[in-house]
Amino acid sequence: MSYEVNGVTIEHDEEGYITNLSEWSEDLAKVIAGVEEVEMGDEHWAVVNFLREYYEEYQIAPAVRVLIKAIKKKLGPEVGNNKYMYELFPYGPAKQACKIAGLPKPTGCV
Amino acid sequence: MATLHTVNRSPFQDQALLSCLRHVKKGDSVLLFEDGVYGAMSGTALSDTVAELGADVSVYALDADVAARGIDSARLLEGVALVDYAGFVDLAANTERTQNWL
Amino acid sequence: MSDDEVKKFLYVNRKAPYGTIYAQESLEVVLIGAAFDQDVAMAFLDDGVFQLTKGQDTKGTGLKNFSPTYRALGDYEVTKLYVEQESLDERGLTLDDLQDIQYEDEDDDYAEKPSIIVVSRDQMASLMAEQDVILSF
Repeated sequence: MSYEVNGVTIEHDEEGYITNLSEWSEDLAKVIAGVEEVEMGDEHWAVVNFLREYYEEYQIAPAVRVLIKAIKKKLGPEVGNNKYMYELFPYGPAKQACKIAGLPKPTGCV
Repeated sequence: MATLHTVNRSPFQDQALLSCLRHVKKGDSVLLFEDGVYGAMSGTALSDTVAELGADVSVYALDADVAARGIDSARLLEGVALVDYAGFVDLAANTERTQNWL
Repeated sequence: MSDDEVKKFLYVNRKAPYGTIYAQESLEVVLIGAAFDQDVAMAFLDDGVFQLTKGQDTKGTGLKNFSPTYRALGDYEVTKLYVEQESLDERGLTLDDLQDIQYEDEDDDYAEKPSIIVVSRDQMASLMAEQDVILSF
Protein backbone atom coordinates (compact mmCIF):
# COMPACT_ATOMS: atom_id res chain seq x y z
CA MET A 1 0.00 0.00 0.00
CA SER A 2 1.50 3.30 -1.02
CA TYR A 3 1.04 6.89 -2.20
CA GLU A 4 2.63 8.19 -5.41
CA VAL A 5 4.11 11.68 -5.16
CA ASN A 6 6.14 13.27 -7.99
CA GLY A 7 7.10 9.83 -9.22
CA VAL A 8 8.16 8.58 -5.77
CA THR A 9 6.42 5.71 -3.99
CA ILE A 10 5.73 6.23 -0.29
CA GLU A 11 4.55 3.29 1.80
CA HIS A 12 1.63 3.53 4.21
CA ASP A 13 -0.12 1.17 6.62
CA GLU A 14 -3.60 -0.29 6.22
CA GLU A 15 -5.15 2.91 7.61
CA GLY A 16 -3.17 5.27 5.40
CA TYR A 17 -0.55 6.50 7.89
CA ILE A 18 2.87 6.67 6.27
CA THR A 19 5.40 4.26 7.72
CA ASN A 20 8.56 6.36 7.37
CA LEU A 21 7.89 9.76 8.89
CA SER A 22 10.90 11.36 7.22
CA GLU A 23 9.32 10.86 3.78
CA TRP A 24 6.71 13.55 4.41
CA SER A 25 6.48 16.63 2.18
CA GLU A 26 3.82 19.25 1.51
CA ASP A 27 3.18 17.59 -1.82
CA LEU A 28 2.58 14.29 -0.04
CA ALA A 29 0.23 16.06 2.38
CA LYS A 30 -1.83 17.26 -0.60
CA VAL A 31 -1.98 13.72 -1.99
CA ILE A 32 -3.13 12.25 1.34
CA ALA A 33 -5.64 15.07 1.74
CA GLY A 34 -6.97 14.21 -1.73
CA VAL A 35 -7.50 10.58 -0.72
CA GLU A 36 -9.24 11.80 2.44
CA GLU A 37 -11.35 14.26 0.42
CA VAL A 38 -10.08 17.22 2.39
CA GLU A 39 -9.37 20.43 0.50
CA MET A 40 -6.38 22.06 2.17
CA GLY A 41 -6.91 25.72 3.10
CA ASP A 42 -4.83 27.99 5.33
CA GLU A 43 -6.48 26.72 8.48
CA HIS A 44 -5.88 23.08 7.50
CA TRP A 45 -2.23 23.89 6.99
CA ALA A 46 -2.07 25.71 10.32
CA VAL A 47 -3.33 22.57 12.07
CA VAL A 48 -1.00 20.27 10.11
CA ASN A 49 2.00 22.47 10.80
CA PHE A 50 1.10 22.70 14.46
CA LEU A 51 0.94 18.89 14.68
CA ARG A 52 4.33 18.53 13.03
CA GLU A 53 5.89 21.04 15.41
CA TYR A 54 4.28 19.32 18.40
CA TYR A 55 5.61 15.95 17.29
CA GLU A 56 9.07 17.36 16.70
CA GLU A 57 9.15 18.79 20.21
CA TYR A 58 7.44 16.03 22.23
CA GLN A 59 7.70 12.90 20.06
CA ILE A 60 3.96 12.24 20.24
CA ALA A 61 0.91 13.22 18.25
CA PRO A 62 -1.39 15.04 20.68
CA ALA A 63 -4.81 13.72 21.66
CA VAL A 64 -7.72 15.59 20.06
CA ARG A 65 -8.61 17.62 23.16
CA VAL A 66 -4.99 18.67 23.57
CA LEU A 67 -4.86 19.67 19.91
CA ILE A 68 -8.05 21.73 20.07
CA LYS A 69 -6.94 23.51 23.23
CA ALA A 70 -3.61 24.39 21.65
CA ILE A 71 -5.19 25.59 18.40
CA LYS A 72 -7.58 27.74 20.40
CA LYS A 73 -4.63 29.36 22.10
CA LYS A 74 -2.78 29.83 18.82
CA LEU A 75 -5.52 30.75 16.32
CA GLY A 76 -8.35 31.83 18.62
CA PRO A 77 -11.67 30.26 19.63
CA GLU A 78 -13.24 30.65 16.15
CA VAL A 79 -10.93 27.93 14.84
CA GLY A 80 -10.00 26.21 18.10
CA ASN A 81 -13.33 24.61 18.90
CA ASN A 82 -14.69 21.13 18.45
CA LYS A 83 -17.30 21.96 15.82
CA TYR A 84 -15.05 23.95 13.53
CA MET A 85 -12.18 21.49 13.80
CA TYR A 86 -14.51 18.67 12.77
CA GLU A 87 -15.63 20.79 9.82
CA LEU A 88 -11.99 21.10 8.76
CA PHE A 89 -11.30 17.40 9.32
CA PRO A 90 -14.59 15.49 9.26
CA TYR A 91 -13.01 12.14 10.21
CA GLY A 92 -11.53 13.59 13.38
CA PRO A 93 -9.14 16.51 13.71
CA ALA A 94 -6.44 14.48 15.40
CA LYS A 95 -6.71 11.26 13.41
CA GLN A 96 -7.19 12.74 9.96
CA ALA A 97 -4.89 15.73 10.39
CA CYS A 98 -2.14 13.49 11.79
CA LYS A 99 -2.42 11.29 8.74
CA ILE A 100 -2.04 14.30 6.45
CA ALA A 101 0.81 15.59 8.61
CA GLY A 102 2.65 12.29 8.16
CA LEU A 103 2.54 11.42 11.87
CA PRO A 104 1.57 8.20 13.62
CA LYS A 105 -1.97 7.80 14.87
CA PRO A 106 -2.45 9.86 18.05
CA THR A 107 -1.85 8.05 21.33
CA GLY A 108 -5.15 6.90 22.77
CA CYS A 109 -7.00 6.52 19.48
CA VAL A 110 -8.43 3.09 18.74
CA MET B 1 -6.12 2.51 55.42
CA ALA B 2 -3.89 -0.39 54.84
CA THR B 3 -2.18 -1.50 51.66
CA LEU B 4 -1.36 -5.01 50.44
CA HIS B 5 2.09 -4.99 48.87
CA THR B 6 3.11 -7.89 46.67
CA VAL B 7 6.63 -8.93 45.68
CA ASN B 8 7.42 -11.75 43.26
CA ARG B 9 11.16 -11.30 42.75
CA SER B 10 14.06 -12.66 44.73
CA PRO B 11 15.68 -9.97 46.90
CA PHE B 12 19.04 -11.38 45.77
CA GLN B 13 18.11 -10.47 42.20
CA ASP B 14 16.86 -6.90 42.57
CA GLN B 15 15.71 -4.21 44.98
CA ALA B 16 11.93 -4.76 44.81
CA LEU B 17 11.55 -6.26 48.29
CA LEU B 18 13.86 -3.79 50.01
CA SER B 19 12.27 -0.84 48.25
CA CYS B 20 8.83 -2.17 49.19
CA LEU B 21 9.80 -2.54 52.86
CA ARG B 22 11.17 1.01 52.88
CA HIS B 23 7.79 2.35 51.73
CA VAL B 24 5.37 0.40 53.92
CA LYS B 25 3.17 1.93 56.57
CA LYS B 26 2.49 0.38 59.95
CA GLY B 27 -0.34 -2.14 59.61
CA ASP B 28 0.25 -2.89 55.92
CA SER B 29 0.62 -6.44 54.63
CA VAL B 30 3.39 -7.76 52.40
CA LEU B 31 2.76 -10.91 50.41
CA LEU B 32 5.75 -12.74 48.94
CA PHE B 33 5.08 -15.10 46.04
CA GLU B 34 6.96 -16.79 43.20
CA ASP B 35 10.68 -15.98 43.69
CA GLY B 36 9.65 -13.38 46.25
CA VAL B 37 9.39 -16.16 48.85
CA TYR B 38 13.20 -16.34 49.02
CA GLY B 39 12.93 -13.03 50.88
CA ALA B 40 11.13 -14.84 53.71
CA MET B 41 14.04 -17.13 54.54
CA SER B 42 16.06 -16.91 57.74
CA GLY B 43 19.82 -17.30 57.81
CA THR B 44 20.47 -15.31 54.64
CA ALA B 45 22.54 -12.17 54.15
CA LEU B 46 19.28 -10.22 53.95
CA SER B 47 17.31 -11.85 56.76
CA ASP B 48 18.14 -9.27 59.42
CA THR B 49 17.33 -6.39 57.08
CA VAL B 50 14.01 -7.93 56.07
CA ALA B 51 13.10 -8.62 59.71
CA GLU B 52 14.02 -5.09 60.75
CA LEU B 53 12.29 -3.24 57.90
CA GLY B 54 9.28 -5.54 58.13
CA ALA B 55 8.81 -5.18 61.88
CA ASP B 56 5.62 -3.08 61.64
CA VAL B 57 3.90 -5.06 58.90
CA SER B 58 2.42 -8.53 58.45
CA VAL B 59 4.55 -10.63 56.11
CA TYR B 60 2.99 -13.55 54.24
CA ALA B 61 4.45 -16.12 51.87
CA LEU B 62 2.41 -18.13 49.38
CA ASP B 63 2.59 -21.75 50.53
CA ALA B 64 2.60 -23.33 47.06
CA ASP B 65 5.61 -21.25 46.01
CA VAL B 66 7.45 -21.99 49.27
CA ALA B 67 6.86 -25.72 48.82
CA ALA B 68 7.76 -25.64 45.13
CA ARG B 69 11.18 -24.23 46.02
CA GLY B 70 11.83 -26.82 48.71
CA ILE B 71 11.94 -24.26 51.51
CA ASP B 72 11.17 -25.95 54.80
CA SER B 73 8.75 -23.88 56.88
CA ALA B 74 11.26 -24.12 59.76
CA ARG B 75 13.62 -21.98 57.67
CA LEU B 76 11.20 -19.08 57.33
CA LEU B 77 11.76 -15.88 59.25
CA GLU B 78 9.93 -15.66 62.53
CA GLY B 79 6.52 -14.05 62.09
CA VAL B 80 6.10 -14.97 58.42
CA ALA B 81 2.70 -16.58 57.89
CA LEU B 82 2.00 -19.04 55.11
CA VAL B 83 -1.13 -18.42 53.03
CA ASP B 84 -2.77 -20.35 50.24
CA TYR B 85 -4.35 -18.82 47.12
CA ALA B 86 -7.64 -18.23 48.93
CA GLY B 87 -5.73 -16.44 51.68
CA PHE B 88 -4.09 -14.26 49.04
CA VAL B 89 -7.52 -13.28 47.73
CA ASP B 90 -8.75 -12.54 51.26
CA LEU B 91 -5.78 -10.28 51.88
CA ALA B 92 -6.46 -8.34 48.70
CA ALA B 93 -10.15 -8.06 49.53
CA ASN B 94 -9.47 -6.79 53.04
CA THR B 95 -7.10 -3.97 52.17
CA GLU B 96 -7.82 -0.58 50.69
CA ARG B 97 -5.39 -0.90 47.79
CA THR B 98 -2.81 -3.24 46.32
CA GLN B 99 0.65 -2.23 45.20
CA ASN B 100 2.73 -4.60 43.11
CA TRP B 101 6.48 -4.17 43.41
CA LEU B 102 7.52 -5.36 39.97
CA MET C 1 -17.19 5.27 47.03
CA SER C 2 -19.59 6.36 44.27
CA ASP C 3 -18.76 5.86 40.60
CA ASP C 4 -18.67 9.52 39.69
CA GLU C 5 -16.22 10.42 42.42
CA VAL C 6 -12.78 11.48 41.21
CA LYS C 7 -10.25 8.89 42.29
CA LYS C 8 -6.60 9.32 43.03
CA PHE C 9 -4.41 7.34 40.64
CA LEU C 10 -0.69 7.01 41.18
CA TYR C 11 1.55 5.57 38.47
CA VAL C 12 4.66 4.20 40.18
CA ASN C 13 7.79 4.09 38.03
CA ARG C 14 10.77 2.11 39.32
CA LYS C 15 12.62 1.09 36.15
CA ALA C 16 15.25 2.75 34.00
CA PRO C 17 13.97 3.91 30.60
CA TYR C 18 15.49 1.67 27.90
CA GLY C 19 16.45 -1.69 29.43
CA THR C 20 12.83 -2.80 29.62
CA ILE C 21 9.58 -1.59 28.08
CA TYR C 22 8.03 -0.61 31.45
CA ALA C 23 8.84 3.12 31.34
CA GLN C 24 7.51 3.67 27.86
CA GLU C 25 4.40 1.60 28.56
CA SER C 26 3.74 3.59 31.71
CA LEU C 27 3.96 6.87 29.84
CA GLU C 28 1.60 5.62 27.19
CA VAL C 29 -0.93 4.39 29.74
CA VAL C 30 -0.75 7.73 31.58
CA LEU C 31 -1.43 9.66 28.35
CA ILE C 32 -4.38 7.44 27.48
CA GLY C 33 -5.68 7.37 31.05
CA ALA C 34 -5.52 11.18 31.26
CA ALA C 35 -8.71 11.33 29.19
CA PHE C 36 -10.74 9.96 32.10
CA ASP C 37 -10.64 13.04 34.33
CA GLN C 38 -9.20 11.39 37.41
CA ASP C 39 -6.67 12.83 39.82
CA VAL C 40 -3.50 11.47 38.24
CA ALA C 41 0.04 11.71 39.56
CA MET C 42 3.28 9.91 38.74
CA ALA C 43 5.92 8.73 41.17
CA PHE C 44 9.56 8.12 40.25
CA LEU C 45 11.72 6.12 42.62
CA ASP C 46 14.58 3.64 42.49
CA ASP C 47 15.81 3.39 38.87
CA GLY C 48 12.64 5.18 37.76
CA VAL C 49 14.39 8.50 38.42
CA PHE C 50 16.62 7.75 35.41
CA GLN C 51 13.56 8.22 33.17
CA LEU C 52 13.60 11.97 33.75
CA THR C 53 17.27 12.73 33.10
CA LYS C 54 18.32 15.38 30.57
CA GLY C 55 20.38 14.77 27.49
CA GLN C 56 19.06 11.36 26.45
CA ASP C 57 20.10 10.58 22.88
CA THR C 58 19.06 7.17 21.55
CA LYS C 59 20.25 7.57 17.96
CA GLY C 60 22.97 4.96 18.30
CA THR C 61 20.59 2.35 19.73
CA GLY C 62 17.73 2.35 17.25
CA LEU C 63 15.31 2.95 20.14
CA LYS C 64 12.83 5.80 20.23
CA ASN C 65 13.85 8.62 22.57
CA PHE C 66 10.62 9.16 24.49
CA SER C 67 12.12 11.49 27.10
CA PRO C 68 10.71 14.65 25.39
CA THR C 69 7.22 13.24 25.92
CA TYR C 70 7.43 13.81 29.69
CA ARG C 71 7.38 17.54 28.88
CA ALA C 72 4.00 17.09 27.15
CA LEU C 73 2.34 15.68 30.28
CA GLY C 74 1.21 19.14 31.37
CA ASP C 75 -0.92 19.41 28.20
CA TYR C 76 -2.68 16.27 29.41
CA GLU C 77 -3.23 17.80 32.84
CA VAL C 78 -0.75 15.46 34.47
CA THR C 79 1.07 18.03 36.53
CA LYS C 80 2.40 16.16 39.57
CA LEU C 81 5.60 14.19 39.07
CA TYR C 82 6.88 13.10 42.47
CA VAL C 83 10.59 12.23 42.52
CA GLU C 84 12.17 10.57 45.53
CA GLN C 85 15.18 12.38 47.00
CA GLU C 86 16.85 9.22 48.36
CA SER C 87 16.64 7.54 44.97
CA LEU C 88 18.33 10.57 43.37
CA ASP C 89 21.01 10.61 46.07
CA GLU C 90 21.78 6.89 45.73
CA ARG C 91 22.37 7.41 42.01
CA GLY C 92 24.49 10.54 42.35
CA LEU C 93 21.79 12.71 40.76
CA THR C 94 20.38 16.09 41.69
CA LEU C 95 17.37 18.00 40.41
CA ASP C 96 19.72 19.72 37.93
CA ASP C 97 20.29 16.40 36.18
CA LEU C 98 16.57 16.11 35.40
CA GLN C 99 14.65 17.75 32.56
CA ASP C 100 12.89 20.99 33.33
CA ILE C 101 9.27 19.85 33.12
CA GLN C 102 6.57 22.49 33.43
CA TYR C 103 2.84 22.91 33.05
CA GLU C 104 0.67 25.93 32.38
CA ASP C 105 -1.67 26.72 35.25
CA GLU C 106 -4.97 27.67 33.61
CA ASP C 107 -6.26 29.04 36.89
CA ASP C 108 -3.29 31.38 37.22
CA ASP C 109 -3.18 33.15 33.83
CA TYR C 110 -1.30 30.22 32.24
CA ALA C 111 1.73 30.79 34.43
CA GLU C 112 4.38 28.12 33.88
CA LYS C 113 5.01 26.06 36.98
CA PRO C 114 7.33 23.13 37.65
CA SER C 115 5.74 19.68 37.55
CA ILE C 116 8.53 17.89 39.39
CA ILE C 117 8.11 17.70 43.15
CA VAL C 118 11.02 16.20 45.06
CA VAL C 119 9.86 14.28 48.14
CA SER C 120 11.55 12.25 50.84
CA ARG C 121 11.12 8.49 51.09
CA ASP C 122 8.74 8.96 54.04
CA GLN C 123 6.66 11.44 52.06
CA MET C 124 6.61 9.01 49.14
CA ALA C 125 5.33 6.25 51.42
CA SER C 126 2.59 8.55 52.72
CA LEU C 127 1.67 9.58 49.20
CA MET C 128 1.25 5.94 48.21
CA ALA C 129 -0.93 5.33 51.23
CA GLU C 130 -3.33 8.12 50.13
CA GLN C 131 -4.17 6.61 46.74
CA ASP C 132 -7.30 4.90 45.55
CA VAL C 133 -5.43 3.05 42.82
CA ILE C 134 -1.72 2.34 42.36
CA LEU C 135 -0.46 1.22 38.97
CA SER C 136 3.06 -0.16 38.99
CA PHE C 137 5.58 -0.13 36.18
